[in-house]
Amino acid sequence: MQFGIFSVSDITTDPTTGHTPSEAERIKNIVTIAKHAEEVGLDVFALGEHHNEPFFSSSPTTTLAYIAAQTDKLLLSTATTLITTNDPVKIAEDYAMLQHLSGGRVDLTMGRGNTGPVYPWFGKDIRAGIPLAIENYALLHKLWREHVVDWQGKFRTPLQSFTSTPRPLDEVPPFVWHGSIRSPEIAEQAAFYGDGFFANHIFWPASHTQRMVELYRQRFAHYGHGDPDQAIVGLGGQVFINKNSQDAVKQFRPYFDNAPVYGHGPSLEDFTRETPLTVGSPQQVIDRTLGFRDYVGDYQRQLFLMDHAGLPLKTVLEQLDLLGEEVVPVLRKEFAALKPAHVPDAPTHASLLAKKLAAKEEVAA
Amino acid sequence: MKQRTLVVVSAGLSQPSSTRLLADQLAAATAAAGEAREIEFVVTTIELRDLAHDIMNHMLTGFPPGALKEALDAVAGADAVIAVSPIFTASYSGLFKSFFDVVDKDALVDKPVLIAATAGTARHSLALEHALRPMFAYLRAVVVPTSVFAASDDWGADSAEGFLQSRITRAAAELATEVGRREAATVTDPFALTVDFEDLLK
Repeated sequence: MQFGIFSVSDITTDPTTGHTPSEAERIKNIVTIAKHAEEVGLDVFALGEHHNEPFFSSSPTTTLAYIAAQTDKLLLSTATTLITTNDPVKIAEDYAMLQHLSGGRVDLTMGRGNTGPVYPWFGKDIRAGIPLAIENYALLHKLWREHVVDWQGKFRTPLQSFTSTPRPLDEVPPFVWHGSIRSPEIAEQAAFYGDGFFANHIFWPASHTQRMVELYRQRFAHYGHGDPDQAIVGLGGQVFINKNSQDAVKQFRPYFDNAPVYGHGPSLEDFTRETPLTVGSPQQVIDRTLGFRDYVGDYQRQLFLMDHAGLPLKTVLEQLDLLGEEVVPVLRKEFAALKPAHVPDAPTHASLLAKKLAAKEEVAA
Repeated sequence: MKQRTLVVVSAGLSQPSSTRLLADQLAAATAAAGEAREIEFVVTTIELRDLAHDIMNHMLTGFPPGALKEALDAVAGADAVIAVSPIFTASYSGLFKSFFDVVDKDALVDKPVLIAATAGTARHSLALEHALRPMFAYLRAVVVPTSVFAASDDWGADSAEGFLQSRITRAAAELATEVGRREAATVTDPFALTVDFEDLLK
């Protein structure tokens, strides 16, 4: 199982000090955070994409390439790549490029984005969110698999004799996850292609995630990619850890109370009960996270949100230490012990390449 | 006898509240009108005061906490709704509106609804027609023609068989008749897949 962190790239005032990091500071910090994720033994760093304030990450491949150059093993991913407002041709080119530069340490999570005003800035309409996600991804999927593409759709200029360059590394397209909170069409899309399904999972009741994953697994089997429990599932999670659970609550509460998404709303206690948010000791985080498996089944990737709501760099790095030293090693062992042999790991470039070579050999034989 | 569900939404704030009193009278009258039409109403009453924090939290977080989720599901699955608000500052109360702001926009389509309100004086009575009725029209509910308004005067001893009671009886009969015309309500599962992917790809 893969463990990692994901960032939405928000620039938020620290409510305990009143300090608002500059863009320069926050961007420098995110690189430090990603590098530290590798240092503490995490597998994945995923970065969001936004085109409005207060977020900095409008150009994720630039950031991810810079991080790739300073890491060795860390898998770089997105959370999410806007499949609606981006040109699929540019996604195909950018991420194939990143794949080459990082030595295959890339996958992507597709998302629609949720802010109405952003769409028209890119000539799109949020009301066509689902059709855009479906058509754009169909083109992206083709561009990475067919050398010369002729194509026509509703949302972009037709393509004639187009080749997206560079070609995917080893002609193996990056693995793709599709993220959605509650749109069954997106679970269906992931299932149709045999891609992964990533449930954001945080900020919402677990029942949403359960229903979406259940649908994805059923349809994954329907489209002949394997049994339902062989579908590739990723989950988000949100934790704040302290060796002493009382201190975790005390330390995190001001950030919770003022957080952009849920601040000034429910109490920390209510939100912890209603959503997967866990604030407490390493053991509490371990127990809660293992419990996710009870309603989504054996899954392949767990990402945690760690650097939001104005938490200062020092705190985020301490959180990563606790996660990497006290939580993830136990989770790795426990999840591995529970997982049946026929449930696959998350695909990586190496595993997809091996699969491709094996298929070639089979044809040759 | 066929069984149908009646959900009563009361936005009264005080306890006891005259809004709840009116809501209960409307529910009882609807149950009686149902009996005459071979309909047995199973009544659920929702006090919005108990859900006030949850309603605001739903607005702030985008999902309903447990108790509110139950209330919203009850409204969506109801065969008929009785909605009663106190009149504040010339309109429905903010709490009443906030609740219906978080009800799914399609949950009340073709659903029989009886609207009612309470206030200190009869001068507020048309708030039912200029505030509540248009809101439910927007939600494409079927609001019965008779709306019921009760001012402090109406609760006087001389009104037990008076004007208020006759309106309650008439409105309840209209609501039961609308329910009698319809099949039992069905709820669409938001997580169910309604389109074929091949069609989406086209």
